[in-house]
Amino acid sequence: MKLTVSVNGSEVAAEVPDRTLLVHFLRDVAGLTATNVGCDTSSCGACTVLLDGLSVKSCTLLAAQADGSEVLTAEGLANGSGELHPVQRAFHAEHGLQCGFCTPGMVMAAVSLLEENPAPTEQEVRTALEGNICRCTGYHNIVRAVLAAASERQAR
Amino acid sequence: MIPAAFTYKRASSVEEALDLLRSGGEEAKYLAGGHSLLPLMKLRLAVPETLVDIGRLPELSYIEEDDGHLAIGALTRHYQLADSDLLAREVPLLAHAAGQIGDPQVRHCGTIGGSLAHADPAADLPAVMLALDATLVARGPEGSREIAAGDFFRGLFETALEPAELLTEIRIPRPQAAGWSFQKFTKRAIDWAIVGVAVQGGNVALVNMGQTPLRAAGVEEALAGGASAAEAAERAAERTSPSDDLTASRGYREHLARVLVRRAIEESRAAG
Amino acid sequence: MSILGTRVTRTEDPRLLTVGGTYVDDLRIPELTAAARVTFVRTPVAHALIKGIDASAARAAPGIIAVLTAADMDDLPPPPPAPAEGEGPGEGAPLPLGAPWSEPLLAVDRVRFVGEPVAMVISDDSYCGADAVELVDVDYEPLPAVVGFDRALSGESLLFPEAGTNVAASSGQPADPAAFDQCEVVVEHTIVNQRLAPVPMEGRATAAVWQDGKLTVWVSTQNAQISRFILAGVLGLDPASIRVVAPDVGGGFGAKIGADRDALLVAWAAKHTGHALRWVETRSENLVAMTHGRGQRHVVKIGGTRDGRVLAYQLDIVQDTGAYPRMGGFLPFLTGLMATGPYAIPSVHAVKQVVVTNTTPISAYRGAGRPEATAAVERAIDLFAAEIGMDPAEVRRINLVPPDQFPYHSPCGAVYDTGEYVRALDVVLAGAGYAELRAEQARRRDNGDVRQLGIGVASYVEITAADAAGGETARLMVHGDGTATVYTGSSAHGQGHHTAWAMLVQSELGIPMADVTVVHGDTDLIPLGVGTYASRSLQLGGTAVVKAAVDVKDQARQVAADLLEASAADLELDVDRGVWQVRGDPETSRSWADVAAHAGPDGLAADANFTEGQPTFPFGTHLAVVEVDTETGKVTLLRHVTVDDAGTVVSPVLAEGQRHGGIAQGAAQALLEEMVYDADGNPVTGTLVDYAIITAAELPSFELLASETPTTINPLGAKGIGEAGTIGATPAIQNAVVDAVRHLGVRHIDMPATPERVWTAIMQARESQ
Repeated sequence: MKLTVSVNGSEVAAEVPDRTLLVHFLRDVAGLTATNVGCDTSSCGACTVLLDGLSVKSCTLLAAQADGSEVLTAEGLANGSGELHPVQRAFHAEHGLQCGFCTPGMVMAAVSLLEENPAPTEQEVRTALEGNICRCTGYHNIVRAVLAAASERQAR
Repeated sequence: MIPAAFTYKRASSVEEALDLLRSGGEEAKYLAGGHSLLPLMKLRLAVPETLVDIGRLPELSYIEEDDGHLAIGALTRHYQLADSDLLAREVPLLAHAAGQIGDPQVRHCGTIGGSLAHADPAADLPAVMLALDATLVARGPEGSREIAAGDFFRGLFETALEPAELLTEIRIPRPQAAGWSFQKFTKRAIDWAIVGVAVQGGNVALVNMGQTPLRAAGVEEALAGGASAAEAAERAAERTSPSDDLTASRGYREHLARVLVRRAIEESRAAG
Repeated sequence: MSILGTRVTRTEDPRLLTVGGTYVDDLRIPELTAAARVTFVRTPVAHALIKGIDASAARAAPGIIAVLTAADMDDLPPPPPAPAEGEGPGEGAPLPLGAPWSEPLLAVDRVRFVGEPVAMVISDDSYCGADAVELVDVDYEPLPAVVGFDRALSGESLLFPEAGTNVAASSGQPADPAAFDQCEVVVEHTIVNQRLAPVPMEGRATAAVWQDGKLTVWVSTQNAQISRFILAGVLGLDPASIRVVAPDVGGGFGAKIGADRDALLVAWAAKHTGHALRWVETRSENLVAMTHGRGQRHVVKIGGTRDGRVLAYQLDIVQDTGAYPRMGGFLPFLTGLMATGPYAIPSVHAVKQVVVTNTTPISAYRGAGRPEATAAVERAIDLFAAEIGMDPAEVRRINLVPPDQFPYHSPCGAVYDTGEYVRALDVVLAGAGYAELRAEQARRRDNGDVRQLGIGVASYVEITAADAAGGETARLMVHGDGTATVYTGSSAHGQGHHTAWAMLVQSELGIPMADVTVVHGDTDLIPLGVGTYASRSLQLGGTAVVKAAVDVKDQARQVAADLLEASAADLELDVDRGVWQVRGDPETSRSWADVAAHAGPDGLAADANFTEGQPTFPFGTHLAVVEVDTETGKVTLLRHVTVDDAGTVVSPVLAEGQRHGGIAQGAAQALLEEMVYDADGNPVTGTLVDYAIITAAELPSFELLASETPTTINPLGAKGIGEAGTIGATPAIQNAVVDAVRHLGVRHIDMPATPERVWTAIMQARESQ
């Protein structure tokens, strides 16, 4: 089928097989490979992006379901002049990533969390990230990063 | 990881959805949030030939007060149920249970209609519907009909819906008794319930103690007869048939049912 | 003021955070533009003869280029002959045992584990590849499956009939019974260290191109150079005609050492078909076809005096190695080597057997043999403490090797370099508030609270750079523009070596980190190197960088002397400013750019290969506080307090990150994860729905306490930190769970301590009272 998805502010129009998963559309058609596939049971969250502002697992959506919608991936977070998004900045400052494979999805999940809950407690952060698996960091610094990003937003 | 090939159709109205499903052949299915169906398709445990995407039907997403009951459109997403001030005020059991489903990403996509129509015995909302004495509204080629929640869940992944029918609305009577509790027992926060309990007043419903959600009739009878929470909870496993598998043994599930029912009743009484 | 030991953010991060890493599946390079996809056909039956393979329907399917089976593999050299009796790799070598235990590439006439590759579909894309796999018809004739230690030992059904047994290796001598006869107290128990799946977030992936007589292989590996060596041997190629590249790698944890069977098949198929190929496994494949970890059963026997001194310890190990003994007897060898832990126990014996079963092969997984040793002795110490009614922390204190005994020659044959074991224990007990915790526990017990508190302690010592003899390489170049490039034999997959090596260069030479580029993982650029495993990289690879830097400094001194027309002895390198000058005379200062340019068109360069010859022994203590709901058995980890002493800390940020990650994996083993097979060899936990990876919601923030006891073995004073967290965390948490319900009569709970396991233990203890 033919579809058009706005990805990080740019329209991507293509004709793809009906069964194309959104994550493959983003990686192979839109050419944005930061979003990763980490599992096949919607368990790991490495594929998390924002769809019309809400975090979703792009491996569990058909590209067709995003037709006419806006998708934001990790590549689209930094602003036009290359300045990192506060969540990206916080992940860097707090050593919230090691191998980096889960990171784009984790960052998008964190961005979505802070939109919905700007001042989460530590437990709220941990629960909100239950759908994002990391094998390297033990989550300790990821949680610190999210809380730091929240504080920074509150301060502004 | 990759679903088998299928034909995708998108409906822009309920009428069109019914038509597309009918013309899609025997192996056609509705696609709402897709978070019950697509995981099965990716493992090729489900291989529908046609998917009718109803995910964007505007007329099926709402939470409203109606004549003595709450009316919820079948395409309302779990996060909308969890965030609804109206539900928090009128049916907190549903708002709270919806907020426990899966993780935030799942809640942004999954719909109440999709979850109920899928009828996984380990899902949370079916038992909540039983505890709330909900009515489900289905629309088919012949028109609409109402199905009581108690009649809706027929078996493992099996409901009273006819093949061509589409769930359109869930009606929840304003609860008479205010006390409620939702106990979901898992190993990890993300997991499906090993056993769960939904209480609204004197209604006690069980998650994952059989092939369908179940009302704990023995417990309800005991409570109506003035039994204490502990006494009534002793009957929690009566006439249940929980599985015996890797996740938990039958005996352990029966034990959990008793413990969680007692805790749920105590909590529902304490809040009041 | 040296940058070493200061908190520095990682140089790797900006790229990873903005455009993401470039893992094998992300490579968008000319060589792979037209790459076809590989999808494996894997057996769904654990043990069977292959009677025939019909790929005709698959070959005819849309988008299918080829379907390859063992019958197509006629272009490989014969395998090396089986070693003569007594001449094979020693017990301590992490190598396959060879015939009769040989593992084929594609299965030939027999399959031995669910997930074993039987055929390869080569297709235009992954979607039609997934379709075609379903069309390959393999005729399996099932054989009786061997699952579990006892069934393997019984030999009723053999995986390798020519071997005549399922016991692939055995060694070690039991203790003389007299050692225990003299003990006032003897406790014996059977303990399982359960099979785990490593689950790096990036599964296995390989891409390969054969062009103009050269094979280029991109592989998600921890060791590009070792992979090249393996490829050369298996494919019968001159190593010079092979280039291996490790792009960004999304985690390894020991399961991506070298190039495994499936990666070798992709490389072979690229040469065989002439097509550029790419293979990226799914998570379901990863859970059954990437090697698993642990899988040991222990019988521990511990004896000593009533006042707490341990005199004798015996550890009987059966290692389930899965269908093929890929690492030989290496893992239980390490377990036996570290059996005594940090304790001064006079008599320690370990007996080891390795059995094959119809399950996924077992290999290294974070800790690789040492978590097993620590888990066993730490349970034994707690069982002993419970038997004599003494506080488990006190029993440890009495038996820990005292600080004046180093280097300590353990009865198992290890020489522990440096250690302050009692201090580590004391720091953790103080940091955790041990007395207050015990008081709270007592209060809850007196009240009969539903939620009971458990406090678990584990003291450990572990071996890092176990293959110290292999050393590590570094080449350091300083260019005419004053920037530097490090070519390291190490191979980071999340550890942050680029940051750490840049810190070392800045510390040694004064070239700012931002001007230091680190390159790893490309055999064209770095032909010699070992790679990253065994927690060896900082102590070997980092020291090699320092060595190369010192060499560059020595060269630069001569060049600067010439440039400044001064005597070399009168010059100094002002590291803070990164300039050469006549001592005390900043007016004369010249930059690294000046000096390097003056050296010649290629600037300055030095190669180093640092070999210690000896491993190092980090140590520590972990303390876990858990809450157990005694009505449901559910365990909540409330606090986790640690000392992980790995000597000199070059980067506190990176070291903490390694400890955090290790603790989480250790907690996961104690509480949640287990790879389970049914009696027919079918994996029951074959997806991430059932294999319970730990998430942020199950963990607290960790309390890491500082301790640095340098090693005497390398100039940095550094030991390895990568696996220590895993080793200490698992037994601390397991001990805490048992401790929480000890007053109810529970003595032991096997891992993972799931709610049902804990509840069952409580019920059984109640019934037996």
